[in-house]
Amino acid sequence: MTSSEPPVLPTLLMFRVRELRFHAALRERYHVLDFFTSGEPLHGFLAAAAADPDPPRALVAAGGDSVSVDAAFLDAVPSLRFVFSTGAGLDHIDLGECARRGVAVANSGTVYSTDVADHAVGMLVDVLRRVSAAERFVRRGLWPLQGDYPLGTKLGGKRVGIIGLGNIGSLMSKRLEAFGCVIHYNSRKPKESVSYRYFATVHDLASESDVLVVACALSKETRHVVNRDVLDALGKDGIVINIGRGPIIDEAELVSALAEGRIAGAGLDVFEKEPKVPAELFSMDNVVLTHHCAAFTKESRSDLRDATIGNLEAFFSGKPLLTPVLPR
Amino acid sequence: MESLGVLLLYPVNAYLEQELDRRCRLYRFWESPREEFLRAHAGAVRAVVGNANYGADAALIDALPALEIVASFSVGIDRVDLAKCRERGIRVTNTPDVLTDDVADLAVGLAIAVLRRIPQADRYVRAGLWKSRGDYTLTTRFSGKRVGIIGLGRIGQAVARRVEAFDCPVNYHQRTEQKSVYPNYTYYPTVVELASNSDVLVVACPLNASTRHIVSREVMETLGPKGVLINVGRGPHVDEPEMVAALADGRLGGAGLDVFEDEPNVPEALLGMDNVVLVPHVGSGTYETRKAMADLVLGNLEAHVLSKPLLTPVV
Repeated sequence: MTSSEPPVLPTLLMFRVRELRFHAALRERYHVLDFFTSGEPLHGFLAAAAADPDPPRALVAAGGDSVSVDAAFLDAVPSLRFVFSTGAGLDHIDLGECARRGVAVANSGTVYSTDVADHAVGMLVDVLRRVSAAERFVRRGLWPLQGDYPLGTKLGGKRVGIIGLGNIGSLMSKRLEAFGCVIHYNSRKPKESVSYRYFATVHDLASESDVLVVACALSKETRHVVNRDVLDALGKDGIVINIGRGPIIDEAELVSALAEGRIAGAGLDVFEKEPKVPAELFSMDNVVLTHHCAAFTKESRSDLRDATIGNLEAFFSGKPLLTPVLPR
Repeated sequence: MESLGVLLLYPVNAYLEQELDRRCRLYRFWESPREEFLRAHAGAVRAVVGNANYGADAALIDALPALEIVASFSVGIDRVDLAKCRERGIRVTNTPDVLTDDVADLAVGLAIAVLRRIPQADRYVRAGLWKSRGDYTLTTRFSGKRVGIIGLGRIGQAVARRVEAFDCPVNYHQRTEQKSVYPNYTYYPTVVELASNSDVLVVACPLNASTRHIVSREVMETLGPKGVLINVGRGPHVDEPEMVAALADGRLGGAGLDVFEDEPNVPEALLGMDNVVLVPHVGSGTYETRKAMADLVLGNLEAHVLSKPLLTPVV
């Protein structure tokens, strides 16, 4: 035979990779079994994957509602040795089960961090300086009729309390310092390399901050950590920025604190039950609302493609993963 | 300074007005028709307080024979006839420094707002259009964009320091290069070359005869379909009709505007555009800064009355 066989592409399970260029880049390199285009129910799809002549050793999944990688899932596809999550969060992956079975896990690392930090800073400026609200005023033709727009408040000297000083929190603090903000933070342990003032609890952080920023992951410990008590500690001149996950804040308490003027404003990119946003917020001029888009730029999408393929290539060639979560 | 007759041209700030009323002899220019006011009080006015939009022009100065000082509640004094003031020996003061941070904060905030489409996202959510998760269009990253600043004065430098924290390379244009002072910033001898090498162009220079329409059609076309113009200077820095056309055709990618050629009137066409962020001259619009500006106006008037050196003289 003179013709050579094309290389056998390793089988890859795929859940919820929508973007066309990304999808195409993966299909070029792997034999992709795509759940969402299969049209089958989950257990049928997994059974068929497990029965494939080259059953999948790797899985690419987006976060959130795309798939839950739990014990039942792992039982259904015993060939799986590596899970790559394209989302920032890992709450849809049972890390304990993966560790028990020796399944490696990697995530998108820091591909989103810069854009999320930039969006958070943009929202903070918007809330303090009333950019979106002033924009509405102009677009409604009110400037010639009502004269000067009400004053905002200065960024310089404001104490910004960041919950979670990971990649995103660190990038935010570097940016905000250039605006003259003072950085305070809370995290599980104080960070040696950082000179910002540490607070052991979110309540204490809120009581000495003018702006409270949620920049941590969602976990059992952080669910509703920003509660009524914390909002009261933040106080009537305080504002909240959430670019973490909706459930980190008790949303009902936040809405009533805003409605009653017990806090001064909020910038929210995430909500407890997306895409539902509490309707009470729509009539408020002191809040800025975005549709969970802080991470998504053309640049982070391109970085994500590189990170996904980089980690998959490392796994399939037996090299160390680029951004491993497990093994630790 | 109870005997100082002060003419306030416009209700610029409640605290300032209250203090002028308490400490001086205050006349409010908007309370009666101009000619009637001048007939009755022109001779008593020794000081004029205006702002960015209301200044002491030649006609007003000529009508006030006892005028000694113009203390503007603004840093830009393009509405004050400086030549006439020099001729008459009238002092002029402004409010530099105290508003530098606010204006720079807004400039950067506008750039992020335009590139990341924050007000647009807010409109989308408020209109009830967010129907499913993952429903977003990709915007473009702000960090790392090349920022070109026209005028590296106080405000320009403050903008530069902020964007450096976002890893943005800083380019600038002004009358002279100052390489030893700004070794990390790249100088361009013309605004067109600055625009050609920048993704975001920020206007931060004073308005005068040589900077009027400094952002021309050619500059905007060079900045291009992905370029963003940020104007926190004065409306007349930009050729406004050309800008509106360039934005409409996509020859200019976007704009964040705090100032307009004919405030408070904003070109109708801009009001329907999605690639612009429009705010009503709020550059110095914070409680803290407006109080500091008011105190500076009062401090200058007091120094004048006590024959002490003025705090922030322009003339």
